[in-house]
Amino acid sequence: MSDSLYVQLLDLACGAFLLAGVLVLWRRELAAIVWLFALQGASLGALVVVLGLHQGDAETVAVGVGVGALRAGLLPYMMRRALAAGGEKRETQPIVNVPTSLVVAAVLALLAYAVSQPLVRLAPSPATHAVPVTLTVLLVGFFVLVSRRRALSQVVGFLLMDNAITATAFLTAGGVPLVVELGVTLDVLLAVLVLQILTARMRATFGGTDLDELRELHD
Amino acid sequence: MTASTMLMIAPVALPLLASAAYLAFGWNRVTAWLGAAASAGLLAAAVALAARTAGGSGTALSGLLRADALSAFMLIVIGAVALLAMLASPAYLDAMLAAGHTGPRATRRYGVLTQAFVAAMALAVLAANLGVLWVAVEATTILTAFLVGFRRTRQATEAAWKYVVICSVGIALALLGIVMAYYAALHAKVPSAQALDWAELARHAAALDPGVMRMAVALLVLGFGAKAGLAPMHAWLPDAHSQAPAPVSALMSGVLLSVAFYAILRVKVISDVALGAGFARTLLIVAALASLAVAAVLLIAQRDYKRMLAYSSIEHMGLVALGSAVGGRLALAAVLLHVLGHGLGKSVLFLGSGHILQLTGSSRTDAVRGLAGRAPLVAGTFALGLAALLGLPPFSVFASELGIVRAGFTAGYGWAAVVALLLVAVAAAAMSRSAFGMLFGRPDPAPAPAQADGAARAARPPWSAAVPLVAGLALCAALGVTLGPLQPLLEAAADAAGGTP
Repeated sequence: MSDSLYVQLLDLACGAFLLAGVLVLWRRELAAIVWLFALQGASLGALVVVLGLHQGDAETVAVGVGVGALRAGLLPYMMRRALAAGGEKRETQPIVNVPTSLVVAAVLALLAYAVSQPLVRLAPSPATHAVPVTLTVLLVGFFVLVSRRRALSQVVGFLLMDNAITATAFLTAGGVPLVVELGVTLDVLLAVLVLQILTARMRATFGGTDLDELRELHD
Repeated sequence: MTASTMLMIAPVALPLLASAAYLAFGWNRVTAWLGAAASAGLLAAAVALAARTAGGSGTALSGLLRADALSAFMLIVIGAVALLAMLASPAYLDAMLAAGHTGPRATRRYGVLTQAFVAAMALAVLAANLGVLWVAVEATTILTAFLVGFRRTRQATEAAWKYVVICSVGIALALLGIVMAYYAALHAKVPSAQALDWAELARHAAALDPGVMRMAVALLVLGFGAKAGLAPMHAWLPDAHSQAPAPVSALMSGVLLSVAFYAILRVKVISDVALGAGFARTLLIVAALASLAVAAVLLIAQRDYKRMLAYSSIEHMGLVALGSAVGGRLALAAVLLHVLGHGLGKSVLFLGSGHILQLTGSSRTDAVRGLAGRAPLVAGTFALGLAALLGLPPFSVFASELGIVRAGFTAGYGWAAVVALLLVAVAAAAMSRSAFGMLFGRPDPAPAPAQADGAARAARPPWSAAVPLVAGLALCAALGVTLGPLQPLLEAAADAAGGTP
């Protein structure tokens, strides 16, 4: 792969990755949010495959295909099933409304650009120059987590953060060692399963998954 | 396979085997003691490992596991607390079954999950690779989620949700920190297979890029600090620790917090070389004083004794963080002794609180009155356990708190030590006021008849429930009088945690 094609594909994948993350703030239908999350998973997989092809490293390409299958296939599938079981279609009343959320996302992007400078400076390359994008998605994921009230939205927020961390790992260091990657993947998968079961329990005991209902415990 | 390899595999393998046995055979009269047996085996392996590793470190499974004096010491803490909790579990679950609060499926799950949880903690302190350490710590969150939600009530479900979300997010930040440290290590020409090994990172720390490491260390301290119950990400702790079954609370409060803090100790060794001692110290002092302040303020108005114990854990983790921030051999040895003393004392208190809950049916402080007359053994161990945690002699927490404060003054952090002491005094006053009412307040004229049967059981716990209460206190008191053979191990562990300049 020629260098200019590599840079173009890399930027395309990163652009899709960022766009999908920010659009999660825009859409209120939970099904659309899951769809956007799957899109982001696919772009993350593509990103890793492009990096692997550029380095001529078959293992990275294989890991990229696995990452894509997990994050664009399995996790969205699990969330869609949880959604079908629940019957809740919309994020009712986000704590921060959509226009404000998008402004916040812009501010977070500036912040991410500022804090990622040391990472870029250590080894300037097309890949590390894309790190601000992944840190933006990390901050957006955190923002989704604190500003949305449906249980499923919180899970998506957590997974956006996780996608961003995986992307950062591949852009900076070509991915963490395989044993760690596998362990992390297993942990994330199990965490989502646990949250899915807890969501079902919450629906049974609270009659819904609006997290504002969670106010039994406080000081 | 050499003996030391065996000793490093056993602490993870024994609880895993017990977990598999629970999966196969369920929880019954015989298997109920498997957990205690596995924990005793873990403790024995830890002691043997401590005897072998004194001063040096060894690896096993082609560098996947690494044990030095600090790992061995943490394994001893895990083994001791797990043994107390697992000895108390059969009586606890019997009482739950008798009261109809649980069934055979839930007790089987309890056995499987608690043992897997202990195995994950053992793996965390034995992992050579920071990534594997992370995976093990995150696994403890996943494994304990259903233990926190064991009772399936609204409160338990809510606590489990908050626990998984806050801890997973916190620990995700730590993962980002690990990724950045790995990136910095690759650029310092550390081969990629060893770039996350904490020993290798410490050896090459001087060559790591300071700009990247500053972010990495901040994220690692914040992330593992969330799991260790340090402010500002402590909000999950009082909920989770108060909703979990008593033996699980003992494990979570007594040892899981310290296992998460162990990760910070390993990171601090790297950070002190890469960035100078000041960076991690500032972060830890801020976290320590914030945790102490949060705990003291919320203890004043606390009306729930399990939550009171949970906030006390935040307070003690604050002290541990303060001691590690000060650094040096004396402070770190005191920190490690504090971890052990707090683990023992807090387990006794949480196990005791389980009996009190079964006795009164309420976790509200004002629902418990005149305990000293109704259940002398439970009340006595509860009072002594509290005395231990408030730092009264002869218990070891007295010695370790004194050590941390003294080290603070010698190192020029007297102001932080004074602030910490004031906050500890506020917390102690609030806790002893609540406890005095629980133990000696005027009892209700007649206990509700519905609880009479369970209450009679809980008033006089069977020997298997009394042994851990008494043994934990005795051990904590003995450690306060003399460290005995633990002395050289503590010193070697403090050196491993960066005690030598």
